[in-house]
Amino acid sequence: MNAMLQPESVLPEAVDEAVAAASATALAGTVTSVGAEAETSATPAARRPRQPLAANTAARTRQQVSALALKVVAPLLGAALLVLLWQIITIKNSSFPTPLATWHEAVTLFSDPFYRNSPNDQGIGWNILASLQRVAVGFGLAALVGIPLGFLIGRVPFVGSMVGPMISLLKPVSPLAWLPIGLLVFKSANPAAIWSIFICSIWPMIINTAVGVQRVPQDYMNVARVLNLSEWKVLTKILLPSALPYILTGVRLSIGTAWLVIVAAEMLTGGVGIGFWVWDEWNNLNVPHIIIAIVAIGVVGLLLEQALVALARAFSYEQVAN
Amino acid sequence: MDDAKFIDIEGVEMVFHTRKGVFHALREINLKVGKGEFITLIGHSGCGKSTLLNLIAGLTRPTEGVLLCANREIAGPSPERAVVFQNHSLLPWLTCYENIHLGVERVFGKTETPAQLRERTMRALALVGLTAAESKRPHEISGGMKQRVGIARALAMEPKVLLMDEPFGALDALTRAHLQDELLKIVAATQSTVVMVTHDVDEAVLLSDRIVMLTNGPAATIGEIVDVQLEHPRDRVALAQDARYAEYRSAVLEFLYRKQAHPAKEAA
Repeated sequence: MNAMLQPESVLPEAVDEAVAAASATALAGTVTSVGAEAETSATPAARRPRQPLAANTAARTRQQVSALALKVVAPLLGAALLVLLWQIITIKNSSFPTPLATWHEAVTLFSDPFYRNSPNDQGIGWNILASLQRVAVGFGLAALVGIPLGFLIGRVPFVGSMVGPMISLLKPVSPLAWLPIGLLVFKSANPAAIWSIFICSIWPMIINTAVGVQRVPQDYMNVARVLNLSEWKVLTKILLPSALPYILTGVRLSIGTAWLVIVAAEMLTGGVGIGFWVWDEWNNLNVPHIIIAIVAIGVVGLLLEQALVALARAFSYEQVAN
Repeated sequence: MDDAKFIDIEGVEMVFHTRKGVFHALREINLKVGKGEFITLIGHSGCGKSTLLNLIAGLTRPTEGVLLCANREIAGPSPERAVVFQNHSLLPWLTCYENIHLGVERVFGKTETPAQLRERTMRALALVGLTAAESKRPHEISGGMKQRVGIARALAMEPKVLLMDEPFGALDALTRAHLQDELLKIVAATQSTVVMVTHDVDEAVLLSDRIVMLTNGPAATIGEIVDVQLEHPRDRVALAQDARYAEYRSAVLEFLYRKQAHPAKEAA
């Protein structure tokens, strides 16, 4: 395998889940041990065997309670702490809006997200949709180019060696560095922003697709050779299904980056869009709106990610053990 | 065409160039397999049985020597020489039907109608008794069933030669016996030429016309060949009492454990 074509993260959700599970067990461990101590001190150990059923039920209830604590109480507590911290900051710093004031702003803002007063004064809904549209176009074009290119790189070693060094060189470049090139070529802000999205989304898709194709198990390739399948059949019946989980991981990484980049790109290009909206509100010194925009950007990014995780689940086949 | 040397292996040498250096796997392999003959390759692990099978399949090319099938040089894999892989190698995203249909379509797609292709596929499934599993995916069926689909996929292509690499190795004894009996029936019905790798002495005696025994590697070669002259159809229960069966069996055991003691034992 080409050393330059290592996947950025082949299956990051597995790692995320592992970390989450580890922290969950750690937390659950503390919760249960605290519970167990409390119980030992309350009831003598000798009495327990006589009431195994009651003890079991109690244990089950305790488990349910600790699961509930983990899933609902802990996140709420985290959010409450953040708001508290925010409140403390506003006491020290009067230019910072209080959580309550921001909440009221948000309610008015989201009660009419789709108004249009002038090209430069539109509802937050329109701004988010405009950004999403740019991401969709740039990302879609990147998928159209990147996935086939990844197949070619993975399948034909010569092509892999040909473009591998170039990809390694260009991948670490910030997509915003490409913005002037976009402006130069397209002579307009909107295509230039889309161009930045295209550039930043294409690398993970090329690399993950190529790695997925290279990692198709030799057994399947031997089947293809014995059946003497045509290149088209190899592509559709073996390479594509086998590499699909990798491709979808690339897609997921890309969309995350694209959503990060669009906000920055729009700050530079202007027009309608959530990034420019943030910049505009900064110029108006409307800090509550900036905070609301940050939360909105986060929520949209989370939804995009979740949608692609669901997509990946739907399309990944079950591994077969011998 | 000369039926006595349907598969003709002449002076085959196989040398692998690995990172650890040069590995001489097979030397001076000469073997002729008749049309319709059932051959098993037996030997200790690492002796190059699978290497020899892969050479006949065309998945690897010999360093020296020639392999012929029906008087034509084996230049690469072909559906004429279907392989049943050790680990079944079914495509997990296709149903049992689709796995078999893939090969059928490749071999007969140009000359037959879709209905005929479908019928061939269904016939292959019926042959291994898996009509009910038609639309199941490999992860939904048992190991024995997967191996049967693998056999059906190979048979459905109507190959001239059926190559099997320890097809029953991963199965429990009862499933294995059942599949061996089915294989005997299928081979009798289709008159296939079969080359099968195994490490099971009973399996070798029960199924083969000839048992080809390989010496220990490196540079393994054919040590002895046992000609099994038991008449077909063979019944495993009756054979258990048969003196000739015991004789063949002990001939193989004698070779494997006296003449070619396991390499690990030699080293000890």
